[in-house]
Amino acid sequence: MIAKGKVLTGHYFDSVSLMLAARDLRAMPGIADAALVMATAENKTILRSSGMELSEFTQAGDADLLIVVKGESEELAKSALDTALSSLNKKRSKTNTTENTSKSLLGALKNNPDTNLVLISVAGKFAAHEARAALENNMHVMLFSNNVSIEYEVDLKTFAHEKGLLMMGPDCGTAIINGIPLAFANLVRRGKIGIVAASGTGLQEVASIIHSAGGGISQAIGTGGRDVKNKVGGITFLDAFEALKNDPETNVVVLVSKPPESVILEKLAAAVKGITKPVVTIFLGADKSVSRKMGAYAAQTLEESAYMAVALSKKIEMNEIAPNAKVRTELFRSIVHDKAYRMAKTQKWLRGIFSGGTFAHEALMISSRSLGIVRTNITNDAQQKLTDSWLSCEHTIVDLGEDEFTVGRPHPMIDYSLRRKRIAQEAADPETACILLDVVLGFGSHEDPLSELIPEIREAQRNAQAAKRYIAFVASVTGTELDPQNRTRVVEGLENIGVFVLPSNAAAAECATMIVSARGVN
Amino acid sequence: MSVSNLFNQKLKVVNIGIGSFAENIRRAGGTAVSVEWQPPANISPNIFRTLNAKKETISKANSEALQRILNSKPYLTNMARAIDVVPGMRKNLLMHAGPPITWERMCGPMRGAVIGALLYEGLAQTPEEAETLAASGSIDFEPCHEHSSVGPMAGVTSASMPVFVVKNETFGNVAFCTQNEGLGKVLRYGAFSPEVIERLRWMENILYPTLKKALDVCGKIDLKNIIAQALHMGDELHNRNRAGTSLFYRSIAPAIVETANSPKIAADVLRFINGNDHFFLNLSMAASKATLDAARSIENSSVAVVMARNGTDFGIQLSGTGNEWFTGPALVPDALFFAGFTKEDANPDIGDSAITETNALGGFAIAASPAIVQFVGGSASDARQYTLDMYEITVGENTSYQIPSLDFRGTPTGIDAILIVETGTLPFIDTGVAHKNPGVGQVGAGVLKAPMEPFAKAVAALAARFEHKHIRTEE
Repeated sequence: MIAKGKVLTGHYFDSVSLMLAARDLRAMPGIADAALVMATAENKTILRSSGMELSEFTQAGDADLLIVVKGESEELAKSALDTALSSLNKKRSKTNTTENTSKSLLGALKNNPDTNLVLISVAGKFAAHEARAALENNMHVMLFSNNVSIEYEVDLKTFAHEKGLLMMGPDCGTAIINGIPLAFANLVRRGKIGIVAASGTGLQEVASIIHSAGGGISQAIGTGGRDVKNKVGGITFLDAFEALKNDPETNVVVLVSKPPESVILEKLAAAVKGITKPVVTIFLGADKSVSRKMGAYAAQTLEESAYMAVALSKKIEMNEIAPNAKVRTELFRSIVHDKAYRMAKTQKWLRGIFSGGTFAHEALMISSRSLGIVRTNITNDAQQKLTDSWLSCEHTIVDLGEDEFTVGRPHPMIDYSLRRKRIAQEAADPETACILLDVVLGFGSHEDPLSELIPEIREAQRNAQAAKRYIAFVASVTGTELDPQNRTRVVEGLENIGVFVLPSNAAAAECATMIVSARGVN
Repeated sequence: MSVSNLFNQKLKVVNIGIGSFAENIRRAGGTAVSVEWQPPANISPNIFRTLNAKKETISKANSEALQRILNSKPYLTNMARAIDVVPGMRKNLLMHAGPPITWERMCGPMRGAVIGALLYEGLAQTPEEAETLAASGSIDFEPCHEHSSVGPMAGVTSASMPVFVVKNETFGNVAFCTQNEGLGKVLRYGAFSPEVIERLRWMENILYPTLKKALDVCGKIDLKNIIAQALHMGDELHNRNRAGTSLFYRSIAPAIVETANSPKIAADVLRFINGNDHFFLNLSMAASKATLDAARSIENSSVAVVMARNGTDFGIQLSGTGNEWFTGPALVPDALFFAGFTKEDANPDIGDSAITETNALGGFAIAASPAIVQFVGGSASDARQYTLDMYEITVGENTSYQIPSLDFRGTPTGIDAILIVETGTLPFIDTGVAHKNPGVGQVGAGVLKAPMEPFAKAVAALAARFEHKHIRTEE
C-alpha cells in the first residue's frame, strides 16, 4: 500500500462535501482508503490512527486542507489524488460564479439586511462563536453543528431567551419554519399543527405522518437533544412552546422528546396549564401519567402523536384517520404467519439497522416489550449494551448514526455504505430472521436511497435463498410524496423486491417483533 | 425581533457551513445565501473571549482610528535631503522596507539595494567592499516606518537621497518617501550596476532641485484629491499609477517649465516623469503613510496602521499596540512574469508599498482598476469580488476614495486585525515582484494574501494588554 497526500493551504470546504469526495475516492479501483479533512488537531489524530498521517502534514493548521489516499500502487494513489484535486477545483470554480459571496457572517448580514435566521453547520469548535455573533445581530439561529459544549449551549440559549430570539440547537438536525424545511427536513403541507421537538428524526416522523393523514404543519421547531436536560433547563423547548401558544396559525401543539428531566417537566406542566390549545406529548419511554397530569394528551408512539394531533386539529375522531389497531394486528398476523413459515430452523433473531437515533430508541422500546433483552449500542445498561457495536448479538438494534460509526464519515442518512455492509453482514448470519430498517427521506438525506438498498437487499435475498433461508425485510419510510425522493416511489420500489413497508417506524418495529416472536425463541 | 415576528415574516436565511442546505432551502421555495466561510485563525479561545468582552471599547477606539484616517489631508509640501528632514537619519543609517531585519537575514534584492546605497553614498567603492561593510556592524539598518518614512520594494534610503515631504494638514504629522526611479534595473529591486547609481545621482542633482523649485512656485499639491481622481481613472494606486502620475504631471509641469535652470533640464525632468508610470507610487505611499500615522497609538484599537514586508518577513503594527512589530514569513506572490522568468525566480513579498492597502487603496481598491485585472486571474468580476471581500475585514468605508463600478462605494477602510482573525479572511495585496538574486530587478507583478501569523500575534498582544489592565485594576 502506498499513501500519497497533499496539503492545500487556505482552502476550506464544508465537511459533507469533503466526506462525499472521500467516499467517491474510496470507491475507485485499487484504492483502499482515502481522507479529505481540514488539518485540525482532532483530524490529524484520526489520520494517525488509520496510518494516513504523512510527514508533510506536520506544519498544516486548521485552515489547511489535507488530502490523502492509500492505493495498491503509486500510480493508482497518484491518479486518485489528481481526481480529488480536479473535482475540488470544479467545486471551487462553481462557487466562485455565484454573485457577491460573503466571507463571513457579518459580511453576509451587511449584504442581506433583511435576513432573519442563520443556519450554522460549521465544525463544533467554531460554531458557538458564529451562533453568538448571529444572536448579537438579532438573528434567530438554527445550530446544526454538534460537539458544542453544554456550557456554551446554556450561554447561547440564555442570551437568546433574553433577546426574545429562537435558538435551535446545537445538534438540531431539522426544523420547518414558515413552511421552509431547514437542514434535514421534509416537505409537508402547511397547516395548524405546531411541533416542538428535542429529537430530529422524531420531528421528521411526526410531521410526515401528520402530512400523510391530511394534516399540516404551522411551525416545527427543533431544540437539540440536550435542551430537555436539567442543566440546560429546557430554555428553547419552553420558548418555542410559548411562541406556538401565541401563534394564531397554530391550533394544536405536539411536544416530542425523550422523557424530559424533572426541572423541565415541572416548568412544562405549568406552561401546559396556561394554554387553551390542546397539547399532545410523545415523551418516548415515559409513563402516560406524566403527561396526563399536566393536562396533555399522551401518545405512546411517534405515529400515535401524529394521528392525535390531526384529529384534534380537525376536530374529528381518531378512528376517522388512524388505522384501526385490531385490523392492523390481524393484518400483521397473516403476514407474520406467511413470513415466519418460510424461514429455516436456525433463524431466530431480530436485527434492526437504523440511521435515526429516535427510531432506534422507539424500536428498542417496542421490541423489548415482547422479546426481552434486545442488545444495542444506544444504552447505558450493561446487560443490554453490545460489547462491539460492529457485531450484532442475538436480538440487536444498532444506531449507525452514533459517534463510533460517523467519525470521518457522512451520516448514514446520506451515505449508505456502512448500512449496506451491515445488511450483508446480518443476512449472512444463519440466525438472522428479520432485518428491520428505517429509510429517512427529505432534504439533506440521500437523493436516491433505492439505488443503494435494492441491489444490497436483492443480493442478501439471493444468498439466503441459496442457503435455503428466507429473511424477512421490514422497513418504514419517513417522508412525503412532496420530498425530492418521493415517498410513494420509494415505498413501491421496496415493496417490489419483497420488503414489507409499514406506514410508521412504530408499526414496522411492532411487525418485525411479531415475526421474530412467531419463530418462538421466547 | 421576537419569535412571533419571525412567524409573520418571509424566512430569509444566511447559511454558514454545509452548502447544500442553502440549495435545499431555495429548492423548497425559500430564500438563502451561503457564506463562503473559512475557519478563524488558530488562536486560543481565551483570546476571543477577552476581546469579545471588550467589544464596545475596541469598537469605540476603532471608530476613532477610522475617523482620523478619513479626516487626514495629505499634501506634498516640500522636498529635501533625507539627512535634513527625516527624524533620526544619520550618515551610517540605511532605512529599509518592512519590519526590522539584520544583514544576515536580508533577502537578495534587499542586500543588492544595500550594496547600491553604500556605493551611492561613497561609503564603499566596490560591491565586495560594500558587502564587507554591511556585514561589519558599522552600518545601522532600521525600518523606514520607524522614521515616519516608507520605501517601495527594498525601500533602502540613505542620508543623501532626496525625499518628498508629505504633510497631513489635519493632524500636522509628516511622512517621507524617495523619488521613484522607474522600472527595469533599479535600486529598489536590488540592482546596483553603474547605470543604477548614475540615475540616482541624476535624481539627486537634477530631478530633485528642479522639482523642489517648481513646488516652491506652484505651492502644496493636494495628494488626496489626485488619488481620489486617479481611482476614477482606473488606478488602484499600488500597481497602477498611470492616472496619478498624469494628474501630478499636469499639476507641476507649468511650474517646472517656469523655474527650471534650462529648457533642456525642464524637458529631461518632464520626460522622466512622463516615461515612468510609477512615478506617483512614492507619493501615493507617502500620502498613505501620513494618513495612517495620524491613527497611531489609539489605546485599544485593533486597526492596522502598518503592513510592510522586507522580503523575508511580513510585519504589521496596530494602532492599539504602540510601536511593536508582529511578523510572520513573507509569501511569494502569484504573478504574471516577464518573459524569461518564472515563479522560481521570484523573491518573497517585499516593500512598504502595502501601506497603500492599509490606506484602502491597492488590492483593496482593485475593483477600480480593470486595466490590471490580469494580475488577479483576468476577470473584472474577480477583481470586484476581491474588493468586496475586503469590506468584511475593515471598520468602514472611505469618504473620499470611491469605486465607480461599485456605484461609487467608498473603498474598504481601516483594516481590523480582529475581523481578520475571526473570519480567516486575509488582506489582499497587489504588488510588483523582485528577482530573488541581488542586481537582477523586477521579474513580474502579481497578487497575494497577507499571511495570518502577524495578525494572530497582534491580536493576541492586544488581548494580553487587556489582561494586564485587568490585573492592574484588581490590584
